[in-house]
Amino acid sequence: MVKVTINGKAHTFDGDPSMPLLWYIRDDVGLTGTKYGCGTGLCGSCTVHIDGVAVRSCQATMAELSDKAITTIEGLSADGNHPVQKAWREINVPQCGFCQAGQIMQAASLLSKNKAPTDAEIETEMAGNICRCGCYQRIHGAVRLAAGGV
Amino acid sequence: MLKYLEQELLAKSGSSLTAVIENVSRRGVLGGLLTTTGLVLALNVSPSSAREALKPYVTGGDSMPNKTVSDPRIFIAIDPDGTVTIASHRAEMGTGITTGLPMVVADEMEADWSRVRIMATPADEPKYGNQDTDGSRSMRHFIQPMRQCGASMRQMLESAAAAKWGVDASLCRAKNHAVVLLDKNKKETGKSLGFGELAASAIALPVPAPETLQYKSPNEFTLIGKGDVKIHNLHNITVGTAIYGADIRIPGMKFAVMARPPVLGGKQAKFDADAAMKVPGVEAVIELEGVYTVPRKFGILGGIAVVANSTYAAMKGRDALNVEWESGPNKDYDSIAYDKEMTATAAQPGKVVRNQGDPDKAFADAKQIFTADYHAQHLSPAAMEPLVAVAQLVNGKVEVWAPAQSPFGARGDVAAALKLPIEDVTLHMTLLGGGFGRKSKSDFVVEAALLSQKMGGKPVLLQWTREDDLRNGFYHTVSVERVEMAINDKGKVTGWRHRTVAPSILSTFAEDSGYQFFIEHGMGFVNMPFEIPNVRCENGKAMAKTRIGWYRSVSNIPRVFATQSAVCEVAHKLGRDPKDFLLELIGSDRKLDPKALGFPEDFWNYGDPYDSFPIDTARLKNAIRVAADKAGWGKKMPAGQGLGIAAHCGWHTYVATVVHVAIDKDGTVRVPEVHTAIDCGLAVNPERIRSQTEGAAVMGMANTLYSGITFKDGAVEQSNFSDYEVTRMSNYPKNVNVHIIEAAAGTRASGIGEPVLPPFHAALANAIFEATQKRVRSIPMGEKLERA
Repeated sequence: MVKVTINGKAHTFDGDPSMPLLWYIRDDVGLTGTKYGCGTGLCGSCTVHIDGVAVRSCQATMAELSDKAITTIEGLSADGNHPVQKAWREINVPQCGFCQAGQIMQAASLLSKNKAPTDAEIETEMAGNICRCGCYQRIHGAVRLAAGGV
Repeated sequence: MLKYLEQELLAKSGSSLTAVIENVSRRGVLGGLLTTTGLVLALNVSPSSAREALKPYVTGGDSMPNKTVSDPRIFIAIDPDGTVTIASHRAEMGTGITTGLPMVVADEMEADWSRVRIMATPADEPKYGNQDTDGSRSMRHFIQPMRQCGASMRQMLESAAAAKWGVDASLCRAKNHAVVLLDKNKKETGKSLGFGELAASAIALPVPAPETLQYKSPNEFTLIGKGDVKIHNLHNITVGTAIYGADIRIPGMKFAVMARPPVLGGKQAKFDADAAMKVPGVEAVIELEGVYTVPRKFGILGGIAVVANSTYAAMKGRDALNVEWESGPNKDYDSIAYDKEMTATAAQPGKVVRNQGDPDKAFADAKQIFTADYHAQHLSPAAMEPLVAVAQLVNGKVEVWAPAQSPFGARGDVAAALKLPIEDVTLHMTLLGGGFGRKSKSDFVVEAALLSQKMGGKPVLLQWTREDDLRNGFYHTVSVERVEMAINDKGKVTGWRHRTVAPSILSTFAEDSGYQFFIEHGMGFVNMPFEIPNVRCENGKAMAKTRIGWYRSVSNIPRVFATQSAVCEVAHKLGRDPKDFLLELIGSDRKLDPKALGFPEDFWNYGDPYDSFPIDTARLKNAIRVAADKAGWGKKMPAGQGLGIAAHCGWHTYVATVVHVAIDKDGTVRVPEVHTAIDCGLAVNPERIRSQTEGAAVMGMANTLYSGITFKDGAVEQSNFSDYEVTRMSNYPKNVNVHIIEAAAGTRASGIGEPVLPPFHAALANAIFEATQKRVRSIPMGEKLERA
């Protein structure tokens, strides 16, 4: 039995302990904002926060998550107005939008530990999140914009 | 340039036009109208009336299945509270078309954008017109029908107001979500009726005859051509509530994955269904028969599905299947050997597709002959959303949710596979997490429907894994393009010979002859724009050994990489500036005459009548000048850096790109700056034109440096983003500057998604040459090169 909180709500899980958090969130809990993109931690689409830190949810198994506090894109802010979300909308970052939940969660985690990242730090921290539409220029710009408001 | 302008301006005689020409030269020298620098045009139209009749032009939309629909009652609804709902019938994969086309409707009908709601339609082409969202066709084919919808509804609202006020309709004018009453001098009286108040009576009126419609003049546009319109679903995307294919949730829904044959045409020999069934959560193991007859079209590959109560359980069940495969007829496909074979074919004469003048004589008489082979590997679209679809059967009728690029095509394919009339299949379009051509093929949707059927109608979500996506795909073709130029003693190019060798997309739809067909010929091959007197285009035979499909920009990727690299190579050979030499090869300002130039009888102009969208060298040259000018072409570059240029007209959009390359000490290729100039005619949504162009640079860099699908023993060697690499933020093209050329009034809208990509590859390769004197003739080349 694994007890976790997701977006502040307590959940208990007694299924296959090897199940990655991603599939628990999507298929059992029914929160679909967190996306499956590669299943191997290579693309970042499934990024969530575990105790405030960005983690690839496809690589974290339920067995490892006892008493952890998990935040998904749906829980990043109560009203959807986290500075990163606002910055994303302000400069029209998304194209297809599929990877953006992961990008936003990664950016929010970055800014929570580094209020004023350099360009090189932004590029390094965001390099694990792939966007095939190629929104990187705007992602970079939105992280900088949000840095002013975090 | 000037001639082009004059023609366009003359064509608009009758209204008083003032051309305001903004010189974009960094040198800031206007130099009169005869300036040779690039021009960005801004036309101020001052017509006698602010509304104008428009003469319709024919597009390929009329020859697409189910054509176009321009009935405002189909596309527009107005609630009593004034909310205007506009139907969006094309697939949204990130191009912004679900914003762009409704913008056209809203602008033309004078709706207030903040009171517009956009509704994605189901797959229903007889009702909405063609929905196959491919080929940068949406704006090109639907701008006229959507303007017609908007203008019709505006006039219906004005007529409804006229009836209420008991005045002539000429005194009623729609303006910002209301109809205002004018006095005899056409001044506003202050009386107005909101769209909501007029809705019921307006919608009851007959739709005006198309020839009676008056359209807004461009200087009255409030949305078209303006800057910042937020895309539909922007908020939902940022909070995680936008719905993609895998986000559909139905009570009792099951999750499935499938094991498919690694070699095309292979079948399962042996598998352990019992072991899979023992995995907790697994509920069924189902064999699906593949389509093995040729042509396969979008037929499913066949294989074994595992259905479970979670995606993870299904994946574990699939691992437990331990499938042994018969390798099938394509087991010898080997990319290294195949490239050698294609190279040998390219060295021999092929089937002549275009002949002009006497190329044999030109090459016999040449002082110098340039020959180069350009190689490109297979590509996988690898959209971030892997293929996925949800289906259920209720009372014998199928309901499907899918990120389908061709939703009505997928609906028809589901009906055929389940042997049902199409009326018994409903298909809801979700958002697409990227498409790039792959999601036009319906195999994944059919798989989901078949699995639901086999599960007694239960809702089933079929998820492709990333590995499935890369290994069981439809691939952008692999190619060798040989370009040869005959150069005379004066340094002029007198002969051009281009041989293309690549398995054809046609192999997916018909028995494979090994030869390409007219659609591929029309992509940067027979329609190259150079003013060279002797030309031959040949196609060498190459049999397909995997499923060939379209990938964003299709054959234009290898063709433009080859031809625009070759131009730069010859420029250097002759000691010429690559940009000047490119302009010189394009030659005089003219619209290409397909007949005089020996284009094939079946010449394909992206499916559109040539008269409506001729290839105009003046527009191409203008784009080149604008891009070069903005990039500071000719400036001295530091060691290890360089500028490269390439240009192309595809899908009737003229694009020129200058890439600035800087090579790191360790040989890593970096792109600190890009300038792309685009002439897509009437630019409806500049904000999305910019985003598509920024994205094309990222994808172009991936295609040039990183991404390639290779085969060994008939199977794809790559598995995930570890070995099918794409551009990441650790090294992406920075400062992508997009220069949208404001087209002369009346220039027809084309598209943007596909045409912005092709020039990037050669521009990058050409820049690498400037920086290092190393020539890239094979892509992907890898991220690093040895510094010269």
